[in-house]
Amino acid sequence: MDAMTKDLWVFVETKEDGSARNVGLELLNPGKELAAKQGGKLVAIIIGNHTEAAISAAGEQDADQIIVVNGEEFAHYNTDAYVNAMEHLIKKYGPTTLLIGATSYGRDLGPRLSCRLKSGLTADCTSLDVNEEGIMEWTRPAFGGNLMATIICPDGRPQIGTVRPGVFKKQPPVENKAEVITEDFHVAQSDIRTKLLEVIQEAAEEIVDLEGAEIIVSGGRGVGGPEGFQPLRELAEALGATVGSSRAAVDNGWIPYAHQVGQTGKTVAPKLYIACGISGAIQHLAGMSGSDYIVAINKDPEAPIFEVANYGIVGNLFEVLPALTAEVKKLKG
Amino acid sequence: MDFIQDEMHQDLINMYREFAENEVKPLAAEIDKTEQFPGETVAAMAEMGLLGIPFPEEYGGTGMDNLSYAQCVEELSKVCAATGVIVSAHTSLCATPIFLFGTEEQKQKYLTPLASGQKLGAFGLTEPSAGTDAAGQKTVAVDKGDHWLINGSKCFITNGGPADIYIVFAMTDKEAGNHGISAFIVEKGFQGFSIGKHEEKMGIRASSTSELVFEDCIVPKENLLGELNKGFKVAMMTLDGGRIGIAAQALGIAEGAIAETTAYVKERKQFGRPLSKFQNTQFELASMQAQTEAAKLLVYQAACAKDNHENYSHLAAMAKLVASENASDVTRRCLQLFGGYGYTREYPMERMMRDAKITEIYEGTSEVQKMVIASWMGVK
Amino acid sequence: MNILVCIKQVPDTTEIKIDPVKKTLIREGVPSIVNTYDTYALENAARIKDQDASTQIVVLSMGPEQAKTALKECLAIAADKAYLVTDRAFGGSDTLATSYILSEAIKKVEELEGYKFDAIFCGKQAIDGDTAQVGPEIAEHLDLPQVTYALEVENSEEGFKVTQQGPENKQIIAVSTPCVITFTQPDFEVRYPTIRRKMAANKAQIPNITAADLEGSIDLTRCGLKGSPTHVKSTFVPVHDSNIQFIEEETLEEAGAKLANILSDEHII
Repeated sequence: MDAMTKDLWVFVETKEDGSARNVGLELLNPGKELAAKQGGKLVAIIIGNHTEAAISAAGEQDADQIIVVNGEEFAHYNTDAYVNAMEHLIKKYGPTTLLIGATSYGRDLGPRLSCRLKSGLTADCTSLDVNEEGIMEWTRPAFGGNLMATIICPDGRPQIGTVRPGVFKKQPPVENKAEVITEDFHVAQSDIRTKLLEVIQEAAEEIVDLEGAEIIVSGGRGVGGPEGFQPLRELAEALGATVGSSRAAVDNGWIPYAHQVGQTGKTVAPKLYIACGISGAIQHLAGMSGSDYIVAINKDPEAPIFEVANYGIVGNLFEVLPALTAEVKKLKG
Repeated sequence: MDFIQDEMHQDLINMYREFAENEVKPLAAEIDKTEQFPGETVAAMAEMGLLGIPFPEEYGGTGMDNLSYAQCVEELSKVCAATGVIVSAHTSLCATPIFLFGTEEQKQKYLTPLASGQKLGAFGLTEPSAGTDAAGQKTVAVDKGDHWLINGSKCFITNGGPADIYIVFAMTDKEAGNHGISAFIVEKGFQGFSIGKHEEKMGIRASSTSELVFEDCIVPKENLLGELNKGFKVAMMTLDGGRIGIAAQALGIAEGAIAETTAYVKERKQFGRPLSKFQNTQFELASMQAQTEAAKLLVYQAACAKDNHENYSHLAAMAKLVASENASDVTRRCLQLFGGYGYTREYPMERMMRDAKITEIYEGTSEVQKMVIASWMGVK
Repeated sequence: MNILVCIKQVPDTTEIKIDPVKKTLIREGVPSIVNTYDTYALENAARIKDQDASTQIVVLSMGPEQAKTALKECLAIAADKAYLVTDRAFGGSDTLATSYILSEAIKKVEELEGYKFDAIFCGKQAIDGDTAQVGPEIAEHLDLPQVTYALEVENSEEGFKVTQQGPENKQIIAVSTPCVITFTQPDFEVRYPTIRRKMAANKAQIPNITAADLEGSIDLTRCGLKGSPTHVKSTFVPVHDSNIQFIEEETLEEAGAKLANILSDEHII
């Protein structure tokens, strides 16, 4: 390391159009306080091509500094280019902590980078803190969400953690006061050992944006089959909600994986989560217990889902949902 | 008596169980309702080697034994008795007599595709007027010099239709009664052989049960199985082995019913507590479990005796008698614990009860088993 | 083609329950299984072997002696050979140390087998740890290109064409060999073992690779607890506060309508 600072970095992942993925912006929110506790700056790291939108979004999320690497080789994520760029930046600027969004790219980048730097990485954190010695305390689920573990990395620097999308929330935009440093760094094509050949565009209706949903209507084993999701879809349509599911429904082939909420699916934190026929296995709760309001509809009064719910109805979801949907439609006029 | 549950048998049980739970159980209710023969399941079982368990590798089998075969039928029948009997009829009633009585050429030609699962097998003995009384055969095979000409019909033939290879019994000497019966290997597609009426049944509805019709059916000379006029012995020895398969099926049905009921009584509440808290429930399930374990010992004992080349005919009869009556008893009592829900198709109990009954009837009724046992005891 | 598949024996996390009083994990009676994502890696290797029967599939795992049960399951499904990396000196390793040991063991297996692997297949992550780190870290230790979140692979002239689950869309990535590919759940099922393979696997002798076998190449200070930059400070069972309001009406229809009104009154919808 050429330098060693007390700065906390957040890797703000960009999309192909150069805009920021939400998770990076979300992490700037807790990052501000954690950076203060560590006595350093909050720095956003942006790698991509034509990243102006991401830079201003990071500034509006109160980053103190933004370090940018631009180049065509960064337009689409690839392991070699991104790891080399991050390695270069870290060796040059010496952050003490690095937060990465646990997207599929973040989870590709994080371990490769931490291995190269021989530092420690904690994956898929759900809460973050700094102890008296200024060391990060990373808390993450293990054993399918049955157990939470708090991990520390006393010596390796930077301490690296990935955090799942939806765990933290963006703050309302603030005045952009960030200092922007553009780093001139390039990776030769010959050093990039993978090549994107084709993006398979899926039909719009197949894209399921659970992480961005305000309301999720989710179904589990209790829906009984693929047709059982129909009343859920009708309620979702009335509410402007997205349809989610538990692992049981996906494993049974009733609904595609893209809808799965939970430890092995998406982590979501919508304003309202309506769980229909979901017992509330711990791996499901791990993915949705951060929702603002949870409604549970289940035949079994002992179902664990009721332990996290704000409102509950014990009974057959096929009797409850049509009435609920009709009333929602009436209320919405 | 030597049926140590070694690691190999246990490993295979786990494999049968995983397949049964993941691939067979999800279909059981549906194929019972639609009477749909589970062709895809049979193809998957063929791929895994489940259709040739007790046969040597040189004939396309796996080189395992009759104990493991019985355990396979047991595991399948825990979740779907129809799937269990498909394997049992194929293995015990078609592949086994070819293995026991076939010439080397017959084994190469017929046992190898059966044991490797490329072909499915069936067994045709029963006729409308010759059930338990096998000597009442009306199907006749006439020696035409360069071929056999078979005329007649068989009924209630398990796997009839989907099967490719049939062991068929016919009179070759009408005057000689039991000593005038011969066995033949008949292929689907032989001139004059067709599948007749498909039976609609009370249970094991997804297993195909059909009439076989022979109208001047031409069978090559070399397809006589065993010696001429010694078919009755072929049939009886085949059925001895088949009884192990059916006993294993009955055992599986009882175990499956107990497992379903055990889970249900822990969930279902009456008078403010789970049914499992009531002593009647506990006593019922305890006594069913004990009786089922006893049946299991008999089934495994018979399979091991067969594997050790000991006389097992009476042991197979005892196993089938006890296991099949236990299956009917257990499913009826389990359904009672389910109450009204047990009578609905929402739960598998009524299907299991319907499936259980046939085990007291086919491959020798309970009365036939008693005849075999009494005869072995010298009570005659 | 020679493929090494890294597998881990894990408790079936869907069967784990919490002791309601002690608030600890009940691990007794929880079956040990081959990590599900690793079985997808194995199935993909098997599919390559279906196309080209000369393909050699070797499975490698690190863990205690009992992990051989998991290796035998892989032999029964598709693998030709198995090795277990096991030594007390390796205990307590975090992902960085584990991946280091595995990468050294992979070199050892190549030496023992007398060939180089064209590809190293891993599950995307293990269902007990869920870290998704070991695969990419092995790639880094061995300086190989990596593709993560693979759904299926296809041989191509230069290496593999990998169908990858990207953040929004599936995409096809070309990667040269040798490489590391980590797999997520594909559309197809993992095949069942056959009885014959199962019987052969049951009898198979699985060689151990110990620290002594790696002597000369392995740096033991990078193994086990002392080679692990991360430490578990504490663990706890998550508790959820319950303050539920049950909606009970004459009929479920009325309860449904009532719920809509409550959500509306509380400005939740």
